[in-house]
Amino acid sequence: MKKHLLSAGDLTRDDAVRVLDTAAELLGVAQRPIKKLPTLRGRTVVNLFFEDSTRTRISFEAAAKRLSADVINFSAKGSSVSKGESLKDTALTLQAMGADAVVIRHHFSGAPHRLAAAGWTNGAVVNAGDGTHEHPTQALLDAFTMRSHLMPDGGTGNDLQGKNVTIVGDVLHSRVARSNALLLHTLGANVTLVAPPTLLPVGVDAWPVETSYDLDDSLEKADAVMMLRVQRERMNASFFPTEREYSRRYGLDTTRMNRLPDHAIVLHPGPMNRGMEITADVADSGRSVIVEQVTNGVAVRMAVLYLLVGGATNEEEGS
Amino acid sequence: MSEQYLIRNARILGGEPTDIAITDGVITEIGADLELAGATVVDATGLVALPGLVDLHTHLREPGREDAETVLTGTQAAARGGFTCVHAMANTDPVADTAGVVEQVWRLGREAGFCDVQPIGAVTVGLGGTQLAELGAMADSAADVRVFSDDGKCVSDAVLMRRALEYVKAFDGVVAQHAQEPRLTEGAQMNEGLVSGELGLTGWPAAAEEAIVARDCVLAAHVGSRLHVCHLSTRGSVEIVRWAKSKGWDVTAEVTPHHLLLTDELVRGYDPIYKVNPPLRTADDVLAVREGLADGTIDIVATDHAPHPMEDKECEWSAAAFGMIGLETALSVVQHTMVDTGLLTWAQVADRMSAAPAHISRVGGGHGRPIAVGEAAHVVLYDDQATRTITPADTASLSRNTPYAGRELPGRVVATFLRGVPIVLDGQLQEVRA
Repeated sequence: MKKHLLSAGDLTRDDAVRVLDTAAELLGVAQRPIKKLPTLRGRTVVNLFFEDSTRTRISFEAAAKRLSADVINFSAKGSSVSKGESLKDTALTLQAMGADAVVIRHHFSGAPHRLAAAGWTNGAVVNAGDGTHEHPTQALLDAFTMRSHLMPDGGTGNDLQGKNVTIVGDVLHSRVARSNALLLHTLGANVTLVAPPTLLPVGVDAWPVETSYDLDDSLEKADAVMMLRVQRERMNASFFPTEREYSRRYGLDTTRMNRLPDHAIVLHPGPMNRGMEITADVADSGRSVIVEQVTNGVAVRMAVLYLLVGGATNEEEGS
Repeated sequence: MSEQYLIRNARILGGEPTDIAITDGVITEIGADLELAGATVVDATGLVALPGLVDLHTHLREPGREDAETVLTGTQAAARGGFTCVHAMANTDPVADTAGVVEQVWRLGREAGFCDVQPIGAVTVGLGGTQLAELGAMADSAADVRVFSDDGKCVSDAVLMRRALEYVKAFDGVVAQHAQEPRLTEGAQMNEGLVSGELGLTGWPAAAEEAIVARDCVLAAHVGSRLHVCHLSTRGSVEIVRWAKSKGWDVTAEVTPHHLLLTDELVRGYDPIYKVNPPLRTADDVLAVREGLADGTIDIVATDHAPHPMEDKECEWSAAAFGMIGLETALSVVQHTMVDTGLLTWAQVADRMSAAPAHISRVGGGHGRPIAVGEAAHVVLYDDQATRTITPADTASLSRNTPYAGRELPGRVVATFLRGVPIVLDGQLQEVRA
């Protein structure tokens, strides 16, 4: 694996399978009475959050703590980030404190790349969501969840070869969609992005995915459907006429869900707008793996931290 | 006592070696084996001689952002780049929207003495886009302004643009438009295309430039005025300007050196050194602007030299300032992209970087004139055989935001004469008596 995890595209097929297999082993830890391993004892993991995200921060925090790392939570929200000194100076401070890994969440696309490339820190940089760019650990936990349901024997050792995944919603502004498109393609899945034309990025035809403006077209062959959150601020910016029309054309309700194959699962990265992109009935149905995604998130993030920080010294092969 | 220089063996516009005699700021003789008693001899063997370059688009940042650049340092950088005249953009603080401010900038240029500074006046008060600035007062001032621009912002209101185009006819002025439809570019960070989609950065579509270029060409034709299009950057804009010229409309256009060379692929590392407005476009756009410059659709090269302090670039992409410095690399980039590729001769370079910009701005002082007997001695000696690796610290600018760091570029300015005075000699800035 590369030193940092900035993009889901940084992972080869073998890297990704290794993360997922490691996560599968670590998932067992969560089932034990004492949910802790000594693997990262003495290592420092900094959660550097420039944007509110309680769910992701807690997930990374739990992951690091279960590996016995020292965790520093640094919430930069509200500090002066407008001039940008903040990122550099913050990074230099973290470097001085000896951070072995920096988990960064930022409202600007590319901030983790800056942190990794500018030489301000020696630690491994993990992208925990940057602007409208990427969220690679979300894609890993989604892939993990899909693999455990769709592949034989819980999926260990497998990729997602030949599985059909439909991702629905605001692809233009979604870091989850970008990371999933890259990772699922790497893992051999066939990805279909479904959105109104206004919410597909220019240039999407060059991505390794199919695109569609019609949700109903891809349901019958889908093994997994992922519904993306529609951000509040899009609703009044003419990307679509009304919430109701969006919901009718691109929302997942029971009628649509019933057209899925029996084995198909429904994912959502959260937080959901119940009644908008997904109805409550669907979110709470037996097909929904949304709560499981959260559980898997901790295991996947443990695996990432272990492989980037702990793995570095324990690694037998140099690749 | 008269000041005399004898330049030996210069290749004027890349031609055969000849001598150039200069007395008291005027070219007095051109020919082989000249004698000029008491003259300082400058050996220009192997060097190309070009008329002093004229930049129609320079941000000198003074008044207001003297931490990024001053008239003094900006004109020193200009001289090192072979420029003898620069046009100072109006987006200073306070904005150059009154006779007082343009005269201040003009006077600072005179006091510095490294390069003539011709101020550009704002079109609207405070670049606000709602009320015309006192264009006539600026035209009548000591600064003698003929170019008006809200550069950095677009005069997007069609009525206001029409009025400005009409109004400046009274004193043979020209409106230089920063073509950017504001609603189509809200929050825009980079060219909208394949790369912006992958990087998750808000796109700046070519259509937002082309829509304004097309509208302004039609408006200029309608009211019979002169229009200048700043830093044109897309294939579509080239085609629109070509079409407007084919109709005989009085439209001129400029391209920056960076749009002749760099593409949006460079944004992939999120390094804001490549953040500029208009943004770096695609390789196809680069090809189109080169063709446009070669066939004369694009009239001039202008630097859009835009200094920014380190902290405005050493940050997240979206937090960073737009702009790159370019005075000291412009001629090298033009050689690399246009001359070494066979698209332009040195005579055409002299047209695109000296004669044409001087004509658009109606600037006097002998700028943009050929190297000929009787003309003011604004002369650049340029070593087109040299190569150099660009290092950001090697600049007279106060800022370091060059996109060419580490890049090898051809050519080096050896000497710049302003009115017969060597401002740069052996590549070094000289002491100047203003």
